[in-house]
Amino acid sequence: MDELIGEFITETNESLEELDVDLVNLEKDPNDRDLLSKIFRLMHTIKGTCGFLGLPRLEKLAHHAENVLGRFRDGDLEVTPPAVTLIFESIDGVRFILEGIETNGAEPDGDDSDIIARLDAVYEGRDPTEAAAPAPNEDKEKSDTIKLVGDKIDNNDSATGEAVLDDEMSLSDIDDIFTQSGPIAADDEDEDDEIIAAPVAVADADGSPEVKTPKKASIASQSLRVNVEVLENLMTMVSELVLTRNQLMQIMRHQKDSEFTAPLQRLNHVVSELQDGVMKTRMQPIGNAWAKLPRIVRDISLELGKKVELEMNGQDTELDRQVLEMIKDPLTHMVRNSADHGIEKPAEREAAGKKPTGRIVLDAYHEGGHIIIEISDDGKGLSTQKIIDKAIANGLASADEIKELSTQQVQQFIFNAGFSTAEKVTSVSGRGVGMDVVRTNIEKIGGTIELTSIEGKGSTFMIKIPLTLAIVSALIVEAGKERFAIPQLTVRELVMVSEKSEVKIEMIKGSPVYRLRDQLLPLVYLNDVLKLHGVDVNLADPDANAVGDDDAAAKTKAAANVDENNEYIIVTQIGSYMLGIIVDRVFDTEEIVVKPVARILREIEVFSGNTILGDGSVIMILDPSGIARSTGKEEGVDAGIDQQEDELIADTLDKTTLLLFKVGDATPKAVPLALVSRLENVNADNIEYANDQMLVQYRGQLMPLLPFSSTQNIPKEGTMPVLVFAEGEKSMGIIVDEIVDIIEEHVDVQVSGKDGVMGSAIIAGRATDVCDVTYYMNSASNGWFNIQTSVGYDGDDKSTSEHAKRSILLVDDSPFFRNMLTPLLSVAGYRVTSVEGAAEALALCEKGETFDLIVSDIEMPDMSGFEFAKKVKAEDSLWHDTPLVALTSHGAPSDLDKGHEVGFNKYILKFDRETLLDTLEETLSSVYS
Amino acid sequence: MSTSNMQETGKASHSLDHVVGTANDFLTIYIAGQLFGIPVLQVQDVLGDLDVSKIPLAPPEVDGSLNLRGRIVTSINVRRCLGLENRTSGKSMMSVVVEHENELYSLTIDEVGDVIGLKEEDYERNPVTLDAKWRGVSLGIYRLDEQLLIVLDVPKLIDNLRM
Repeated sequence: MDELIGEFITETNESLEELDVDLVNLEKDPNDRDLLSKIFRLMHTIKGTCGFLGLPRLEKLAHHAENVLGRFRDGDLEVTPPAVTLIFESIDGVRFILEGIETNGAEPDGDDSDIIARLDAVYEGRDPTEAAAPAPNEDKEKSDTIKLVGDKIDNNDSATGEAVLDDEMSLSDIDDIFTQSGPIAADDEDEDDEIIAAPVAVADADGSPEVKTPKKASIASQSLRVNVEVLENLMTMVSELVLTRNQLMQIMRHQKDSEFTAPLQRLNHVVSELQDGVMKTRMQPIGNAWAKLPRIVRDISLELGKKVELEMNGQDTELDRQVLEMIKDPLTHMVRNSADHGIEKPAEREAAGKKPTGRIVLDAYHEGGHIIIEISDDGKGLSTQKIIDKAIANGLASADEIKELSTQQVQQFIFNAGFSTAEKVTSVSGRGVGMDVVRTNIEKIGGTIELTSIEGKGSTFMIKIPLTLAIVSALIVEAGKERFAIPQLTVRELVMVSEKSEVKIEMIKGSPVYRLRDQLLPLVYLNDVLKLHGVDVNLADPDANAVGDDDAAAKTKAAANVDENNEYIIVTQIGSYMLGIIVDRVFDTEEIVVKPVARILREIEVFSGNTILGDGSVIMILDPSGIARSTGKEEGVDAGIDQQEDELIADTLDKTTLLLFKVGDATPKAVPLALVSRLENVNADNIEYANDQMLVQYRGQLMPLLPFSSTQNIPKEGTMPVLVFAEGEKSMGIIVDEIVDIIEEHVDVQVSGKDGVMGSAIIAGRATDVCDVTYYMNSASNGWFNIQTSVGYDGDDKSTSEHAKRSILLVDDSPFFRNMLTPLLSVAGYRVTSVEGAAEALALCEKGETFDLIVSDIEMPDMSGFEFAKKVKAEDSLWHDTPLVALTSHGAPSDLDKGHEVGFNKYILKFDRETLLDTLEETLSSVYS
Repeated sequence: MSTSNMQETGKASHSLDHVVGTANDFLTIYIAGQLFGIPVLQVQDVLGDLDVSKIPLAPPEVDGSLNLRGRIVTSINVRRCLGLENRTSGKSMMSVVVEHENELYSLTIDEVGDVIGLKEEDYERNPVTLDAKWRGVSLGIYRLDEQLLIVLDVPKLIDNLRM
């Protein structure tokens, strides 16, 4: 049966039961206004609800009864005993239909025209008895109807009679029959028999074969309404019991072979079951939170002229009442958003090749200790450009910062405050209560929300929330001599770092980081976050609070290292990014009861609550997302989480393979591996000098050698590592002290350098000089390579001479690539013009400049390579016929397809030098031959 | 929740009426030699030295939290609230546990005195010269024979700590 109908029946039955008591009073005082209003209200509610649930028969009856009751209530009509009878009859009618619905899930057949006619008669002030046949339901309904004859009985309790009508008969009804019929029995003629007959008939009905489900209790008696407060109280008590049990268990752990062991075990089991049981009372199906969504979606679609279909799966998924309350509004908000912003109007949809009816799908299911709720629509998705514009307008990020972000990252901006991309405020949404509130609410209950959206295809939100908030498993840790609890749901893994560990905690300007497999994990010292070191140091040195962050961090680290040389990193998952929290010690896990912190402490965002441990001590529960926020703030980053999140994601993109080496000081140097042809070990004995130039015979040719820096100490004997750079047959070597490593990293040159150093970047967590190879190439032996270019880079004189004339336009926003590719292409014999953006390139086009070939990056701010290509390949473009080669750092097949679609002739991976040169030549020769 | 809060506030102002209106029973406490009174109906418990766990990042007036029969109590150092130095260490402190908006707070004070009834005619408003910090948490003064008693406004004292 429909959940809603079930609830309606339970509720209405309760109200009817209450009325039963009062009905006796109505007999005594037929004009009891309060009582009449009460019945009126009940009828009114039933009428209203029926309309909603689609129960026409009941609605009609309730409607007519309500009319009459309204007049009684207002005092328009005097309540006569026949009228009271009529009221009773209508209540019985309601009850009868209700029971029918309860047993069969649908309204029983039959009609109530008779009673309705009489109700209308009373309403109009006529005598009801004349209106229709006196026997209302009996004739037309079931054959086993038992009629209780006699005015009094009829008056008083045809409820009893009606109750008997049905197959099912609850005990209370039988009781009613006895108690209520009893005293009246003496009154009239042959009632005695009838009264006895009634219960007998009941017994018959009960035992009769017609009864389909004889033992099945009715819904009304199956579910019980309990005040939430009672449940909460019960929950608190059970929580205490759990804690006491934990306490006892802890004591028992130290006492082997005690006579208490066995009973304690039993207590343990019972308490666990009790806990489960009580938790169940708090569980409610998520459908409760969804109940009003269809209506909302319907209203929105009507208002905005859209066609929207709402599909809901997994309504039965149960979750904690408290959690349910918390997500109700966010869910409503998101569905409203989907219907309002997501789904397009039918015409737009058809134009986009979709079905005119949009779909919003709600899915709920269990996964681990979580509930996953997915809200997806097949609407227009999020407009990346709009988000970018808004983000810049709101000052959330600069255009430069956004350039670095992926679409997915850009989309995350919608979780920021005041971010609504709706162009205008409709009555439906766009009122500024946005996704930030949604995220805050969800995070408050330890949940996370993720968003994926494809422009034109739709959006999907995935909400992950814990099953319950009341009792959670937590990891107990120690920092600064204080213990804290971290909910295990947020803990991904534990890492112990000791002196002997291969991977250590590294510092970037005072911020600790850790290389966790292939990811750089930002870390925080819990001592720092909680300012715990200050307390200890305070006693000895009052000025200790003034120490800088870096010092403090170092001190903390030192302090932590005093006890043991181990540090523990609690890797926590916050939304889609991870944060490592460094603690001094890790104890075990414990089931804790989360209690809210005192009001005066609510503002401390790093705590999500407090609890009492098994040993009776009070400890604070840490909130990793709060910790992330608080550390973000300290660093002066507005959107702490987003920022860090973005940085992490940025790390994984746009990676360059770098060769790390050392020369002179400790600062590591790096050079893109793609530029290096070979690594050689050159023996000092083999170095020859000619024309003040170090040379070495290498593969039958002379190769000039350059020290990396002029102050470099070149060993007089033994071997030294040399980086060999080659162009065609010619090569040169740079002498370095030590080859360190080859790593893959996102290169972001932040500080520019000079003379052979392009600048400095953070690589592998350390400031590293990135070398400018062209500087060395140019300085090698009076333009060693420059001379070569006119001869050709692959010995093919003919093509080279052609190259020399060829002009190339290089469009790339990254100075790093421009600096690397320009010399590379020049060296290969092309005339290179480089610009840093599509706009600049198009400006050249307008000026009428022409090039033989255009090489363009794809990921560029303002205008992507794809858009640029579209413009270049436009019919009226001067460059319409100029071949176009795309450069990209990642070659997803979809990108390739798209690239070809918009007119790129070729698609090359950055750093693939050989292919680049080959491709350029190939393209040029195919186009210009 | 909100209704219970309202009731709570209602209760507080109710007892405040009593303070000003009729003779009532007060628990007397001493802080730095000064006599204070707390309406006895607000007092849940009087405790001796307690094992308090620190709460990092909490306001300096908050000593920490403790477990009182399974309920978490936030411990507030009244000396700090009044702008006084900590008592010289070594001397044991007492705590008075009060309930405020359904939460328990223990007010750490020097000593607990007695429960006494106060007469309306002895009541005086705060002298204008009273220290601002003190005035903020005082509901007025009762002239006792030997000394003056300051009525501590417990709800205010606690609310002042909200950040």
